[in-house]
Amino acid sequence: MRVEADQPKCVASGQCVLAAPDVFDQDDDGIVVVLDDHPEESTHDDVREAAAICPAAAIRLADK
Amino acid sequence: MTETVADTAAGLPAYPAPRAAGCPFDPPPVLRTLQTEKPVSRVRIWDGTQPWLITRHEDVRALLNDPRVSADSTREGYPHRSAAMQGSDPAAQTFLTMDDPEHARLRRMVTAPFAIKKVEALRPSVQQIVDDLIDTMLAGPKPVDLVEQFALPVPSLVICELLGVPYEKHDFFQRHTKVIVRRTSTPEEVAAANKALTDYLDELLADKLAHPAGDMLSALATERVATGEMTRHEAARMGTLLLGAGHETTANMIALGTLALLRNPGQLALLRETDDPKAVAGAVEELLRYLNITHSGRRRVALADIEIGGETIRAGEGIIFANDIANRDPDAFPDPDRLDLTRPARRHVAFGYGVHQCLGQPLARVELQVVYSTLYRRIPTLRLATDFDEVRFKHDGIVYGVYELPVTW
Repeated sequence: MRVEADQPKCVASGQCVLAAPDVFDQDDDGIVVVLDDHPEESTHDDVREAAAICPAAAIRLADK
Repeated sequence: MTETVADTAAGLPAYPAPRAAGCPFDPPPVLRTLQTEKPVSRVRIWDGTQPWLITRHEDVRALLNDPRVSADSTREGYPHRSAAMQGSDPAAQTFLTMDDPEHARLRRMVTAPFAIKKVEALRPSVQQIVDDLIDTMLAGPKPVDLVEQFALPVPSLVICELLGVPYEKHDFFQRHTKVIVRRTSTPEEVAAANKALTDYLDELLADKLAHPAGDMLSALATERVATGEMTRHEAARMGTLLLGAGHETTANMIALGTLALLRNPGQLALLRETDDPKAVAGAVEELLRYLNITHSGRRRVALADIEIGGETIRAGEGIIFANDIANRDPDAFPDPDRLDLTRPARRHVAFGYGVHQCLGQPLARVELQVVYSTLYRRIPTLRLATDFDEVRFKHDGIVYGVYELPVTW
């Protein structure tokens, strides 16, 4: 799984950090930062949930 | 509220619609009918106009994130909540009713304090506030009005600390906020309340500019107003919005949530008995979904023709999102009318969806997690001190809740 975040689209709701804290964080302004763009398989469900609940649809997932 | 002949003649349901007698936690029955039979439907609102109502969870999420849908309340066709909202001064607008790039410019100036780690750092002081208020209640006479003694003070104290507003002013700002969120307030009353609050915040910002402290208003004053990124009036409007949104909504969730839990003792027991922060966090999401206190609909206007649910919404037509019934959509949440604190509920739209989704949601979550995991443990015999039928609900509020909640133990 490859994780990308579109920072200009991010609205700093923080939902991804709550859903998958090992994969997402926020910068000083609350904007999304991807900590691990190829996260371990054990986190994939949480990462999919983060992408699903992102209100700005700013998280993109690819197969590899 | 009774249906008039005109409603029947137009063949369209009136919106907002009344809830069913005896079911104060459930959305109006007509919304369930629409969701089942005509999920994208026209409704009639207060001024006789006929905007579209979106009732399915999937459609709400799709359209609230669609760039062809505008939140700009100055556009023709925008379905205002009331005459007071329609008549409000454009200078009183906040980023809630603006589109990008203006919306994003203003919102990003206030996102920093609401980042998850910064809000998490506030948890000990939220816990202290909650514990102190419970100590005071336990030491005083009973019954008490939980709204006055607890539900309103918790978020008011927290947002005052965060913004740097003196809590001694709480009677003043709570009184004016009540006028703003009451749907029956006249345009003059709302304008006067907005002006009183904005004038006060403006004075406070001037003071922070001269004597900055470590709070959010000081940061706005020194980093945004002093640099010319924002006018003092814009900052004062922003402060008014954060102060109002910061206490009124959470207060309603605390009181209404407590009442819903007292009516569902099995669920209340789950919260009282768990030590697991994840279980508490999950319970908060489910209460947000189930109660959806923002019951008067998100308002938007179409910028282009949009095909959805077998209908065509034309450019310039108003759209209302009934997030309360969307959160009870059986396709998204099985057995949706059951309060089940153990269900996965995180995909609810109680904070809205799209770029306007609630800015303060991380703070609201921490406040509600602390409250729900503390109040019923410290007062395990908490119970209603009046008949359930006597409780007055905020049917006329832009935000739903109870006016007072007499409790004892």
